[in-house]
Amino acid sequence: MDAGAIQRALRRIAHEIIERNPDLNQIILAGIPSRGNEIARRIAETISTIEKAHIAVGTIDVAMHRDDVGTRTELPVVRASDLPLPLETKTVVIVDDVLFTGRTVRAAMDAITSFGRPARIQLAVLIDRGHRELPIRADYVGKNLPTAPDEKVRLRLGEEGSEEGVWLVNE
Amino acid sequence: MNTRWNRKDLLGLRELSADEINLVLETADAFKQVGTREIKKVPALRGKTLVNFFIEPSTRTRTSFELAAFRLSADVINITVAASSLSKGETLKDTAKILEANHVDIIVLRHSSAGAPQFLAERLRSSVINAGDGAHEHPTQGLLDTYTIREKKKRFEGLHVAIIGDILFSRVARSNIFALTKLGARVTLVGPSTLVPRVFEKLGVTVSYDIDKVLPTADVVNLLRIQHERQRKEYFPGVGEYIRLFGLTKERAKLLKPDCLIMHPGPINRGIEIDSEVADGNQSVILDQVTNGLAVRMAVLYLCGGIAT
Repeated sequence: MDAGAIQRALRRIAHEIIERNPDLNQIILAGIPSRGNEIARRIAETISTIEKAHIAVGTIDVAMHRDDVGTRTELPVVRASDLPLPLETKTVVIVDDVLFTGRTVRAAMDAITSFGRPARIQLAVLIDRGHRELPIRADYVGKNLPTAPDEKVRLRLGEEGSEEGVWLVNE
Repeated sequence: MNTRWNRKDLLGLRELSADEINLVLETADAFKQVGTREIKKVPALRGKTLVNFFIEPSTRTRTSFELAAFRLSADVINITVAASSLSKGETLKDTAKILEANHVDIIVLRHSSAGAPQFLAERLRSSVINAGDGAHEHPTQGLLDTYTIREKKKRFEGLHVAIIGDILFSRVARSNIFALTKLGARVTLVGPSTLVPRVFEKLGVTVSYDIDKVLPTADVVNLLRIQHERQRKEYFPGVGEYIRLFGLTKERAKLLKPDCLIMHPGPINRGIEIDSEVADGNQSVILDQVTNGLAVRMAVLYLCGGIAT
């Protein structure tokens, strides 16, 4: 998947979000650090261009909500979350780069509900690589990428100063 | 920040690198934000058990650790010396072994003897957090003071921090000195020569006996409590003389830069090391220190208690 394909996928997701959510003032795009933030920013920008509406963007850190703390020798770095409050009437769209086991998304839902009770939570991902361990599915998918469990999905986005794209690697 | 945390214990700041200190401070940023949520609790240490083991009295540190543990979803029990078998003659090691046999994951220890936390840390699988050991170190206080300075001043390089008062008996001073010098701040110690011996200069700080010369260039003043409980009379010039020579009185506070931070680890002896008007004035960040203490302790518990052992 190259830079053009990423851009087209995100544009389609933007259109789908508009279609599913008539009141864009009630939408918050909540990126999971760090690539989820960049993807959320790009989707929000696209929606703004299409609909001339301002889209709220936030960040939702999941490290302190994970279910594997204490079992890892390498702790995930925790960052502050930042969501525009209150959430009560809002639709929070969780945005992440790759959907794999679903555990990160579960942690993100847990984190979001600690800020309040949004009207609904949706999920947008650039890549769905399968192998879910929890009953979770995405509402918006950039690309379904069949993988083997031990394969890795490598993703680069522009701000890292190199060629953008998605690659499947065997390690 | 690519620093990895691989310590199960926090015994002092002397052994931490500047990167490790910065990692704790950055982690505390994230936990500080949890306090603003509708639900001020995260599951990071769910299922872990923490024991507050306080051989010396303490309200604020113990409460702060307890609240930090609650916010991380850990279970907490408090043991004070009067309620423990130590008062029946059981050794510290035996008491700690009993705690570990009960599958306690984190022991927060306050002890009157320097080195007690290290003694336990070397013998137990549980994490040991030093909550103050004798006149040695009080690392979480040093971290929360450092965090507060970083939050208000946004830098350490070139910052002049004056620590004033009873340095000799102060674990708070030691932890602050280690952290601040590693991060690039300039530290001056001020107090009576009996309580601020020149030997402290070996730690890379300046020693001064003239507070009025130090105050005008300070970006931060940290006033330490006169620890009557640790002092023999001969160290101390008498309260009246102390106030006259080293107390941050309303008059003396006029020497300070307008943006100089006034800090105090508490509990405050109002009218002795600091006047009430100054402690409650707009340069004072004493209550910020308390709020930040909670975030810093959450970070320390998360880092030490969250790692697989």
